[in-house]
Amino acid sequence: METFTPVPALIGGLMIGLASALLMWSSGRIAGISGILGGLLSFDRAQFGWRAAFLVGLIGGPFLVSEFGPGIVPVTIDADIPMLVAAGLLVGVGTRLGSGCTSGHGVCGIGRLSMRSVIATVVFMGAAGLTVYMVRHVLVMGGV
Amino acid sequence: MMPILLWSLFSGLVFGAGLTVSRMIDPSKVIGFLDVAGDWDPSLAVVMIGALAVTIPAFALLRKSGKAFLGVEIRMPDRNDVDLRLILGAVLFGIGWGLGGFCPGPGISALAFGLTKPLVFVGAMVVGMLGFQLLAKNNN
Repeated sequence: METFTPVPALIGGLMIGLASALLMWSSGRIAGISGILGGLLSFDRAQFGWRAAFLVGLIGGPFLVSEFGPGIVPVTIDADIPMLVAAGLLVGVGTRLGSGCTSGHGVCGIGRLSMRSVIATVVFMGAAGLTVYMVRHVLVMGGV
Repeated sequence: MMPILLWSLFSGLVFGAGLTVSRMIDPSKVIGFLDVAGDWDPSLAVVMIGALAVTIPAFALLRKSGKAFLGVEIRMPDRNDVDLRLILGAVLFGIGWGLGGFCPGPGISALAFGLTKPLVFVGAMVVGMLGFQLLAKNNN
């Protein structure tokens, strides 16, 4: 557990919760990222603006932290390009089929105490854990 | 309309800053959590606890009030059924999440770095979503 960073994790987590509560409180919408991106791609003009604005903010967040905050710890992306293509396709199809991702089901769905979202979160975390186990400890691939 | 755009932008900024501060924008941190057989990093669980400590009480209060402060209706999902679609979707998403270490939020926030890999992930995710929507449309 040498890599455990509880303090930034708690602060960042509170910020994510606050952002989700803020979007609901101000605009009455769920801060589910896959739902917002998927909705944007369905070109519903009445809902286009707020979705685009939220996603622009999402990309702006790291700039805010590097300019005015504590700075950014460099990231490490071990997966190679073909693996990221497969990952992106699976995440895109899976989140639309399952109506949500870590934010929509994990933060907001469990936030409204939905059993549907609790089950979805347990299933995608389990599937992700098994996948990492296969990649890292059984197949040993992807430059890990 | 403008206030909704500004509040959405602000919410997105705080969300993206939260992903950055918590380092969930870093796939190696996420995989460190998912890899329970390796050097386990519980950080992601603490992020979830922090987020839920806000959303659980906030959503309970907002559900009662029914109206957002900008005057629009609060659209809190009310589905609670579990079907095959939900499970299959969660399994596919989980496999993709495990392969890359990116879920949708961090993938999009990581575009800020201007690196190729997040762009490839997000591009493929957009293709996956569009493909799914096309198929769903044809089936209806």
